[in-house]
Amino acid sequence: MHCPYCSNPVDIGAERYHHELSTDDWIRTFRQARGLGVLQLALTGGEPMLRRDLVALCAAACEVGLYSSLITAGTLFTPERARALKAAGLDHVQISIQSPDAQDNNRIAGNRSFEKKIAAARLARELDFPLTINCVLHRQNLDRIEELLQLTLDLGAQRLELANTQYYGWAVVNQEALLPTWEQLRRGEEAVKRFRERVGPRVDVLWVLPDFYEDLPKPCMGGWGRTALVVSPDGAVLPCQAASTIPGLAFANVREHDLDWIWNESEAFARFRGTDWMQEPCRSCPLGRQEEDWGGCRCQALRLTGDPAATDPVCRLSPHHERVVSARESAQTDEFVYRAMKRPARV
Amino acid sequence: MTRPRLVTGARLRYDEVREEHVLLVPEGAVRLNPTAAEVLGLCDGEHSLDDIVGVLSQRYDGSDVGDDVRDLVDAMTQRGLLVDSAA
Repeated sequence: MHCPYCSNPVDIGAERYHHELSTDDWIRTFRQARGLGVLQLALTGGEPMLRRDLVALCAAACEVGLYSSLITAGTLFTPERARALKAAGLDHVQISIQSPDAQDNNRIAGNRSFEKKIAAARLARELDFPLTINCVLHRQNLDRIEELLQLTLDLGAQRLELANTQYYGWAVVNQEALLPTWEQLRRGEEAVKRFRERVGPRVDVLWVLPDFYEDLPKPCMGGWGRTALVVSPDGAVLPCQAASTIPGLAFANVREHDLDWIWNESEAFARFRGTDWMQEPCRSCPLGRQEEDWGGCRCQALRLTGDPAATDPVCRLSPHHERVVSARESAQTDEFVYRAMKRPARV
Repeated sequence: MTRPRLVTGARLRYDEVREEHVLLVPEGAVRLNPTAAEVLGLCDGEHSLDDIVGVLSQRYDGSDVGDDVRDLVDAMTQRGLLVDSAA
C-alpha cells in the first residue's frame, strides 16, 4: 500500500526497520503484557500478514488470554491463511479500505487492491470473525461517506471506524491535499447520525472530528502511559506510535527489559505521564481538563510549537492555537505525494 | 428479545490480574460485577429470557431477579453486546 495519508515515518524503508523481533521475543512479550493487565492485542503494521509466523503469534496470544485483533489491508488475507488464523484463535479482523468506490480506492491506495479487500471482508464474515471496516477520512473521500456506510452494512461488518487523518509522517507531506472542508465534515456527521438512527446498535460507527477542527484537545492515547503501549517491530516500546518523532526520548527494548519495568520505570513512559510535567496554560488549566485530556497530543505539540511539553495547540488556550486555525484554512491542493518504501520523501 | 446471545466475537473472561469479570469485544472491554457475569454466561442463544430468570432465581433461593435481569439484558442490547439468536 502507498497511502498518502499514512502516519508511518517517512523513512519507513530505512535499515533500522529491518531487525524484527523473533517469534519467541513476541510470545514472551505477550505473556508479560497479560501479566501487566493488558487485555487487548492489536496486530498492526505496516502489514502484519507479512509475518510468516502470524498464526503462531495468534495462537500464543490466545493461550495467554489476550483478545487479538488483526489490523490489515486485507490484500494477503487468503482463504488458507484466514482459516489457519481462525483455528489459532484470532478474535477479530479489521480491514482498511481507502474508498467505497473501486477506482477511487485504487487511486488513493496507489495500487489495485479494492477487489482483494472486499473478498477479504467477505471471507472474514464467512469464517464468522467479527469484522471492522476502517477508512481513513480526508478531503478526497469524505463525500462518499453514504456509500461507505452502505458498503459496511452490506459486508456484514459490526463496526466502522471513520478515522480522520492524523497528521504525522506521510500525512504531513500531503496535508494540504488531505485537510477536509467544514462543509464536508458537517455533511459527514449528518450522514453518520442518519445511519445510526436507521440501523441501530447492529453497526457501531466511530466518528470523531479531526483534531484540526476542534478547539479543545483529545486525550491522546487516553493519556501518555496510561492505557496503551506500542511494541514496534524491532522491539522498542513506545507510549504511542508516533512518539519516536520526539527527540531526546530513549525507548527501552523488550530484548533487554521486561515490559513491567518498561511501563513502570523507563524514562520514556514517565516523561509525560500524569500532570506534573505540564507547563502553562495546562498547569493551571481554567477548564479543569488536566485529567480529562492529559494535555492532548505530545507529537502534535512538538510539530506545531517545537516543544513536546507545550500545550497541544488544538487547545484554544494555547498561545499557538492560531497555527491550527491557519492550517485548516490553507487546504488548497488535491495533489498527492505517494508513500514509497525506496525513495526518500521530499519534505 | 427471546433467546439472547453475546454478539459475534464477544468473549466472557475472568481477568486474574484485576480479579474481576470482563466482557471482551473488538478493541474494547466491559467490566462486569459477578452477577452480570452470571447473567451473560447464560446468554448462550439457547436459554430464553424466562429460563435465565428461572435459573438465577433458583440459585438465589427464589428471590425475584426478573427486573434486574431484564434491565441488564436491555442495556447490553442497546450497546450492541447482546443480540437475539432468533433474529
